[in-house]
Amino acid sequence: MSQQDALFTYSLRLADDLLILSHRLSEWCGHGPVLEEDIALTNRALDHIGEARNLYTYAGQVEGKGRDEDALAYLRNERQFVNTKLVEQPNGDYAHTIVRSFLFDAYHLPLAEALTKSTDAQLAAIAAKAVKEAQYHVKHSSDWLIRFGDGTEESHRRAQEALDNLWTYSGDLFVMDAVHQDLVKAGIAPDLTKTKAAFDATVDRVLAEATLKRPADGFMATGGRQGKHSEHLGFILAEMQYLQRAYPGAEW
Amino acid sequence: MITKARILELLDYVKDPEIPAINVLELGVVRQVEVEPDGKAIITITPTYTGCPAMDVMAADIKKELLEAGVPAVEVKMSLSPAWTTDWITETGKRKLKEYGIAPPEKTADIRALKGKQPVVACPQCGSPNTVMLSAFGSTACKALWKCNDCLEPFDQFKCL
Repeated sequence: MSQQDALFTYSLRLADDLLILSHRLSEWCGHGPVLEEDIALTNRALDHIGEARNLYTYAGQVEGKGRDEDALAYLRNERQFVNTKLVEQPNGDYAHTIVRSFLFDAYHLPLAEALTKSTDAQLAAIAAKAVKEAQYHVKHSSDWLIRFGDGTEESHRRAQEALDNLWTYSGDLFVMDAVHQDLVKAGIAPDLTKTKAAFDATVDRVLAEATLKRPADGFMATGGRQGKHSEHLGFILAEMQYLQRAYPGAEW
Repeated sequence: MITKARILELLDYVKDPEIPAINVLELGVVRQVEVEPDGKAIITITPTYTGCPAMDVMAADIKKELLEAGVPAVEVKMSLSPAWTTDWITETGKRKLKEYGIAPPEKTADIRALKGKQPVVACPQCGSPNTVMLSAFGSTACKALWKCNDCLEPFDQFKCL
């Protein structure tokens, strides 16, 4: 794989995570447990989609085949999406929504920080914008996880259950295949073993305060980066892409 | 002949569509203004929040304002780097935000705000520092929701970024 192809794939991986998580969070719009949270989740969805748009636009430029952000978001099928399995998991109860975002945020912030030093100027610029927003995200999901874990017996039980259920998908965030390794050598992508240390520190600190138990790394459900997904992604795409598939080229 | 000074004068009229109390210059999103020999104006702006939907509107409004004033051609470029910070909101902009009922952002040099420690935010209504944050996320991407414990009014705060 040429470096150009690798950079295209890598930009898509970053973008797909953000788009799919953003879509999941936007599903809460109008259904949030309290008004402030409804607004918080839609705000977060907006931050994620903003970063995704920049990354898709860049991926399209790198690929050089004239695909824009919309073509990449709306006209690829399931196996062509390279997001992690974590972000496509259903919202479930609020504990599941918060834990999913918390695991992603704890991964995303150190990743964005590391990407600001990427030798690729555009990835670095996009990350520099995202890193400040990501700090607000970690704070938001951590606060809720602590409140749930260190809350009532029921909120604790449900937070632990969400953590146990979603933990298996967290491994997908740190998979480094040959594509990734090549970009690490070129100084474009960060070494994920290093950002994993920051992820571990955040997870351990927040879980300790939340009085929750960190699940053991058992079977980890990976494969998202290769386009292998859980059954949920297809349904997300069916909804998200419906308009562009039914009315090709439709614009607002 | 359209001069750079004239363009800046015109940009004074382009408001932030979500916070119409301040204009794009006061918001600090205009990074560069160039006028080419043929009169074409190239305006470089930078997004506030990455996903802020107001950016597209701002770009369209800038084009409209300049074209209507007789600028022969206008191009609005978007630049991500260096990343926008609330420190670029001018002093006039901050004063206008406050008068509009939005607590202006504190300096990002006060990094505690980003790291999670609560800053002291004065109520834009009564000036009391006895306030509490209700939610870090407000009516737009750039604002947090606060409440004053003295006058009991809720208010928006422009988040430090």
